[in-house]
Amino acid sequence: MLLEVNDLRVKVEDKEILKGLSLSVNPGEVHAIMGPNGSGKSTLARAIAGHPAYEVTGGTVRYDGKDLLEMAPEDRARDGVFMAFQYPVEIPGIQNGYFLKAALNALRKHRGEPELDAVEFMQFVRAKAKALGMDQAMLSRSVNEGFSGGEKKRNEIFQMAVLEPRLAILDETDSGLDIDALKIVAEGVNALRSPNRAIVVVTHYQRLLNYIVPDYVHVLSSGRILRSGGKELALELEAKGYGWVDAALAGAKA
Amino acid sequence: MTAVAERHEAVIAQFEAFRRDPAFGTGSHRDRREAAFGRFLERGFPTTRDEDWKFTNVAPIAATPFVRAGQPAVPPAALEPFLFPGIGHQIVLVNGRLSAGLSSIDRLPAGVTVRALIDAAPGGESLPGRTAFADLNEAFAESTVVIEIAPKTVVTEPLHLINLTVAEAKPTLVLPRVRVTIGEAAQVSLVESYAGLGEANTLTTAVTLIDLGPGAVADHVKLQRESSQAYHLANVVIRLSRASTFSSYALTFGGRIARNDITAVLGGEGAECTLDGLYVVDGETLVDTHTTIDHAMPHCPSHEVYKGILAGRARAVFNGKIIVRPDAQKTDAKQTNKALLLTDDAQINTKPQLEIFADDVKCTHGAAIGQLDEDAMFYLRARGIGPLEARNFLIHAFAGEVLDEIKIPVVRDTAMRLMEQKLLLG
Repeated sequence: MLLEVNDLRVKVEDKEILKGLSLSVNPGEVHAIMGPNGSGKSTLARAIAGHPAYEVTGGTVRYDGKDLLEMAPEDRARDGVFMAFQYPVEIPGIQNGYFLKAALNALRKHRGEPELDAVEFMQFVRAKAKALGMDQAMLSRSVNEGFSGGEKKRNEIFQMAVLEPRLAILDETDSGLDIDALKIVAEGVNALRSPNRAIVVVTHYQRLLNYIVPDYVHVLSSGRILRSGGKELALELEAKGYGWVDAALAGAKA
Repeated sequence: MTAVAERHEAVIAQFEAFRRDPAFGTGSHRDRREAAFGRFLERGFPTTRDEDWKFTNVAPIAATPFVRAGQPAVPPAALEPFLFPGIGHQIVLVNGRLSAGLSSIDRLPAGVTVRALIDAAPGGESLPGRTAFADLNEAFAESTVVIEIAPKTVVTEPLHLINLTVAEAKPTLVLPRVRVTIGEAAQVSLVESYAGLGEANTLTTAVTLIDLGPGAVADHVKLQRESSQAYHLANVVIRLSRASTFSSYALTFGGRIARNDITAVLGGEGAECTLDGLYVVDGETLVDTHTTIDHAMPHCPSHEVYKGILAGRARAVFNGKIIVRPDAQKTDAKQTNKALLLTDDAQINTKPQLEIFADDVKCTHGAAIGQLDEDAMFYLRARGIGPLEARNFLIHAFAGEVLDEIKIPVVRDTAMRLMEQKLLLG
C-alpha cells in the first residue's frame, strides 16, 4: 500500500470539511475522487500535500509506511508526494527553470543522487518540455507569472514530469481548460502512468476521465466517501448528476 | 529664538569655533557660510511637527555635540573592503575631504576632471528640495568636490566616488559636498558609496548635485553601507536638460538614521528619469526616503520603484512626491513602493504625494506592504524546497526588481551580498 488514509478529519478556518475519510491507494493505480462543490475534494489533496491552513484534527495518513502527517511539506515532496495545484501560484522574480532545478536537486539530494548542474539540468528538462509540447522560453519566465490558465496547468504537469513523483495528486487540474488543453494535460498524465506510481485525480467533472481512465472512482460528499466503484461509476455520475448524492446523504442521515 | 537657540547650542558653539579657523575663509566664502548658517538657524533642526519629518525624530542628532571631522591618515588597505574589483577609477573622500593620495585623479579617462574647490558650492538657497541639513552642510563644508564630464565624452568605465567616514574620539561631523556636471551628449556611470571605519557616533550630511546637459546619459548608484551608529542625511539633486536620461539607484544597508532627500527636476522636453531604490535594514535603523520628481516640461517620462526589506525593529518612511507643472503636458509618471516586513516589530509609513497642475498627463502610483507571501512559500515547499531556502528565494525575487536593473554587475553583486549579510541569508 502506498497511501492509506484512515478516518481523516480536517478543519479549515474552524470549519470541519473532512469528517472521517478513508482511502487506500496502491502503486500503479489511478484513482478519481469526484464530488460536488464543497464536498472536500480539494481539502483532501491539500491536506496530503501539507498545506498549513488545513488542520488535521483526527485520523491517520500513512505513506509508504510512514506517518505522512508528521512530515513537513518539503519532506513529503522530497519523498515523492506531488500535488498539482488547482491555483498555481505566481511568483514574480523567480525563473521557472531556476525554481525547478532547485526542486529537482532537493529531491535528488534526498534520494542520495548527485545534484544536476545547470547544463545537465537543461538537457534533462528540455526533453521533458518537448514531450509536453511546451515552449522552452517558458523556463526563463517567472514562475507562472502572466501565464494563461491553461499554461499554468500545463506547467504543473510539466513539473510533475520533471520531479517524477511516486504519488501524484491532481487537484482539479481540468478546471478552466478547453478541450485541446485538457487533452494535452491528460496525455502528459498518461505518459507518467507506471506500475511504481499512483495517481489521484480530483475532479468535479467526468470529462477528464474520458482521457485519464481511472481504475477506481470514489464519490465524496460532506467530507466522507459515499461510494466507491470502477470507472463506470464516473459515467453514472455524469448521467445522473450529483443530485442523487445529496438524496443518498439525506437518506443516510434520516 | 530662545527655544531654537537652546536646541542648537552645540551646533552654534561649533560654528563659532569654526569662525576662528582659517578654513572658514574670508570675503565671499565667509558671507556664503554665514548666510547658509543663518538659513539653517531660521528653520533649525526639523522636529516631528514638520510634515516632512513627522516620522523621523532627529532630536538625538540635535542633542549631540558633533565636532567637524579632522583629517585622519587612512592606509590604502583600509579602503580595500569597499572597492569594486574591476572598477579602477576612484575618487576618495575621507571624512568629506578629497584625498588625492587615495584617489586615482591623475589616471582618469580623457574628458573627466575632478577637483576640490572652495567656491563651486552647489545650489545655496535655490537648491531644490534643500533640507536644514543641506544648509548645515553648506555652512560647514570646507570645499566641494567637482566632477566634470566634458561634452560628448563617453566614459565607459564607472567612476567610483567613495565617502569614507572615520570615527574620531568625539562625535564626528562629516560634510561631503559633490557637484557633478555632465556635458552635452556625454555619458557616465557614477557609483557614490558611503562606508565607515569604526562604530562610533558620526553625522554625515551630504549634498550631491548632478547636472545633465542636453542629451546626456547618466546612471547613479548611491550605496550606503555605514555602521548602525551612523547618522546619514543626504540631499541628492538632479537637474535634467532636454532629452537627457538619468537613472538613480539608492541602496541603503546601514545607519542609525539614514535619510535621503532625492529631488529630480525634469527641466527640458523629453528628459527621462528613473529613481529606484532598495533598502535592507534591521536592528533599530530608521530609513527615510523622500523623493521628488518635478515635471517642469512636457513629454517627460519618469519611473520610480522603491522596495524595502525590514527586519528587527527597523522602521522606514517613504514619501514619493510627483509634481506636474502646468506646462508639463504628456507627462508619464509611474511610482511603485513596496515593503516587506520580516518581523512583527518592523514598520513603515508610506505616502504618495501627487501634485498635478496639467491635464493631459498619465500618473500612476501604488504601494504594497506585507509579509512574505504564504501561498508562494507553500508552493515552493510543496516542490521540496525547504523553508529557509524558500524564504531566501522570495527575498531575492523581491529585491531583484530593483537590483536587476543596476547595469554594473559587480555593484549589483555587492548589493546582493550586503542584503544577504544583513538578513543572514545562506
